[in-house]
Amino acid sequence: MKIVIAIIKPFKLDEVRDALTALGIHGLTVTEVRGYGRQKGHTEIYRGAEYAVSFLPKVKIEVAVATDRVDQVIAAIIGAAKTGQIGDGKIFVLPLDHTVRIRTGEVDAAAL
Amino acid sequence: MMLNRPARAGLIASAAGLACLAGFADAALAQATTPAVADKGDTAWMLTSTLLVLMMIVPGLALFYGGLVRSKNMLSVLTQVLAVACLSMLMWVVIGYSLAFSEGSAFIGGFSKSFLAGVAKDTVNSGGTIPEYVFFAFQMTFASITPALALGAFAERTRFSATLLFALLWGIFVYYPIAHMVWQSDGYLMKLGALDFAGGTVVHINAGIAGLVGALLVGKRVGFGKDLMAPHSLTLTFTGGALLWIGWFGFNAGSALAANDVAALALVNTLLATAAAALSWMFVEWAAKGKPSLLGTISGVIAGLVAITPAAGLVGPIGGIVLGLVGGAVSFFFCTTVKNAFGYDDTADVFGVHGIAGIVGSIGTGIFVSSSLGGVGVENYDMATQVWNQFVAVVIAIVWCGVISAIIFKLIDVVVGLRPVTDAEREGLDITDHGERAYNM
Repeated sequence: MKIVIAIIKPFKLDEVRDALTALGIHGLTVTEVRGYGRQKGHTEIYRGAEYAVSFLPKVKIEVAVATDRVDQVIAAIIGAAKTGQIGDGKIFVLPLDHTVRIRTGEVDAAAL
Repeated sequence: MMLNRPARAGLIASAAGLACLAGFADAALAQATTPAVADKGDTAWMLTSTLLVLMMIVPGLALFYGGLVRSKNMLSVLTQVLAVACLSMLMWVVIGYSLAFSEGSAFIGGFSKSFLAGVAKDTVNSGGTIPEYVFFAFQMTFASITPALALGAFAERTRFSATLLFALLWGIFVYYPIAHMVWQSDGYLMKLGALDFAGGTVVHINAGIAGLVGALLVGKRVGFGKDLMAPHSLTLTFTGGALLWIGWFGFNAGSALAANDVAALALVNTLLATAAAALSWMFVEWAAKGKPSLLGTISGVIAGLVAITPAAGLVGPIGGIVLGLVGGAVSFFFCTTVKNAFGYDDTADVFGVHGIAGIVGSIGTGIFVSSSLGGVGVENYDMATQVWNQFVAVVIAIVWCGVISAIIFKLIDVVVGLRPVTDAEREGLDITDHGERAYNM
């Protein structure tokens, strides 16, 4: 099993969710986050005070998937979240040791 | 025409002229024989105006300032504005009204009207047409908003107890004397012939200077120039600013103290000058900083309202527009370039907006009151003399307010301490001063 973490543009969330649902992915976790990569921040000006805002709002998606579906999931996320502009985000894939469904006690593949 | 004496009419009405001063004794005699009766129309408008000015304070000013601070200090600003206004009201009945608007020296009144002594239900304001109770209440709202205006300059870092002590001392030693000097018939600046229709000197320069002195003596906020100190809600600042604009019709048109042509002129000026200043700030900011901001545009509204305040019933609409255009642009320059060059931390730009636009308006009143420039004119008008008188009034207000405010802040620091401890300031005054949080989400 793998956990796929994708940092995407907030307005792309629904498209990514639809793409993953179409793949048969049944659940994901979303967090509003802030950060920066190659996309620089912007400047905010309040009367005389100028602030460089270097952390931009992004959405972080976490999806647990079977190892053999990782490539499909990555392709789906890229397909839905890509705009071609700097700031589209990143995808990280981490190994996942163990999964438990709290309600039933099912584990691993059965719990995904 | 906030004056409490027939002398004021003399300053403004081109027909009557200063000769009215001489007529005061006769008028007083006439009043003794046939008691003056309040005019219903005038009274109705002044009752309304009084409430409009109250609306400027709560919720107008409180929200305008509240939106400009960080969310951890929202309630501290709201509480400070509310409590300072309430305290100022009670002080007004105890000694404030008397020290400002009773006979005394050229610099301060006496105690003859303390606790509203001698004022009854049927007493009419001196030389006017409204119950003295209404005049008292209308003026009370001015005395309440002025110290509350100053609070914005040292917000987010001043102890609550210090702000209350500030309102108490500052009212007695700064506001009442300056109101007396400008608006009472025996006041020094009134006799000099300085014009201040609705409080450009008394309210706005006064609050702006007190704010600047406070910002300097309280010191910069922890993290100033380093941390993000963006306004937490420009939506609330917009709401408060809009309420200030609407309430300002009570402030300016109400300062005619009557429902008449002077009030009508003040109303037109309070619309046009304000619109001009809002666009002035917006376009200058657009050109200088690349974007026209909401905060800039609503700040221009306030700058325009301040600039037209001393002139509202005295200049023509076109003169008013010029005052607005200049006031907006000059305030923008002070809130951005000058403030950054000197590095003082005026949280809500009380000095940059109220102090500076107040000075522009006060000096400009001396120019645009000229009947050749569309103003209502002054008897024996000479532009150089009038501008000089305006300048003297501005300088006296700046020096008086600046010196005494500095002493007051030093004194408060010794008595209760101006600043919270650094950790408390970091956590936010909502929790540390008031034990509550603005937003539980």
